[in-house]
Amino acid sequence: MGSIWEYANPVKFSQTVSRFLTPVAVLAAITTVVGLVWGFFFTPDDYRQGSTVKIIYLHVPSALMAINIWFMMLVTSLIWLVRRHHVSALAAKAAAPVGVVMTLIALWTGAVWGQPMWGTWWAWDPRLTSFLILFLFYLGYIALWEAIDDPDTAADLTAVLCIVGSVFAVLSRYAVNFWNQGLHQGASIMRAGAVTGADTEEKVSNVFFYPLMMCIIGFVLFFIALVLLRTRTEIHKRRTRALLARERMA
Amino acid sequence: MKALLVRDLKLAFRAGGGFGLGIAFFLIVVILVPFSVGPESGLLTKIAPGVLWLGALLACLLSLDRILALDWEDGTLDLVATSPLPLEGVVSVKALAHWLTTGVPLVVAAPVFGVLLNLPPQGFLWLVVSLAVGTPALSVIGTFGAALTVGIKRGGLLLSLLILPLYVPTLIFGAELARRGAEGQDITTPLLMLAGITFGVIALLPFASALVLRMNLR
Repeated sequence: MGSIWEYANPVKFSQTVSRFLTPVAVLAAITTVVGLVWGFFFTPDDYRQGSTVKIIYLHVPSALMAINIWFMMLVTSLIWLVRRHHVSALAAKAAAPVGVVMTLIALWTGAVWGQPMWGTWWAWDPRLTSFLILFLFYLGYIALWEAIDDPDTAADLTAVLCIVGSVFAVLSRYAVNFWNQGLHQGASIMRAGAVTGADTEEKVSNVFFYPLMMCIIGFVLFFIALVLLRTRTEIHKRRTRALLARERMA
Repeated sequence: MKALLVRDLKLAFRAGGGFGLGIAFFLIVVILVPFSVGPESGLLTKIAPGVLWLGALLACLLSLDRILALDWEDGTLDLVATSPLPLEGVVSVKALAHWLTTGVPLVVAAPVFGVLLNLPPQGFLWLVVSLAVGTPALSVIGTFGAALTVGIKRGGLLLSLLILPLYVPTLIFGAELARRGAEGQDITTPLLMLAGITFGVIALLPFASALVLRMNLR
């Protein structure tokens, strides 16, 4: 096992993807299905929220992924700018549409959950607003990729946009916090006190926690499988274009 | 640098359109608001700071693609890039010229338009202060967007899509400052945050703008 940078070679990357894609995809399907079925049918209803609480099994994993995919794009953009590995730039490109869909799922399930619980589909709550802004950042990022013809320039410019956008996204998060008080509850799944048992009241009960963890793992694996597949497709697309160009020259 | 600034200012004044258009657009936004929400003065007083900030922001956005697009088309940008002046300086000067021709007129015009929207008397000072502190940030962020999209044909709409999310923090603190000023509340926090954003982007963003401009010129 050599250094991780070996996988920056497109050929090596494609080979590795071919080997791992099916197992990862199958594992993702199993964990997601088991987690969702477990969560939907084999957990009790919440004593106050009733069965609506089960939206959590879609809402929390997708929201987590929406943020973490942007973070992954930030890391791969930095790698592209510093080390000029094409696979890295293409991975960021491949991840963005998945991120948009995750953001949309989080917003949509949040609205469906908020309607019975808060009595409204939408409120200008800091968390909700931040997600809407994140959604706009994703759209701008994808639009910029689409708008530029030269692939290397496009990778460069989107990478810088991703980095600058990250700074502004964090800034917006705190600005929005300042601007309006929230309706959304705070983080209650992982917290320091919950582990030591200091504030057991605030933590999600274990009955809900295990299937939720399962769903989160399923979503992560699902995302990994999708990104591997989409990155490989991008590599193949680029190779096809290069081959076609060479044919035309001959 | 000075020559570049003078040149940009002259072009903005003499080439027609650029200078007055921002204010005209701002005026039209302000006039259209009472038509759309109704002429009730209590409501207008309540929303005046926000509407004025939004109008100023949109007027600023409208003129962004003029910052670099014309110089890109006629090759001036290539010449400037090969000159000894660092590109970071060039984009800073471009942002300054944009602020002088768009931001400053907006700041001056805002109190007049505030009268139209029934802004309370104590609100005028803080409206002007908030715009004076906030509009430089709009220009600098806008220059980054202009540098990002300079190579794209008909990139105006894309520029708006990229820039508007970046404007969110500035808009929040600027409008909050103007609102608190109008309602006579404590203005320290939003003023400091707004100034922080402005100075932060002036210090850092020209480097990013120059970086993407270099990528586009390659």
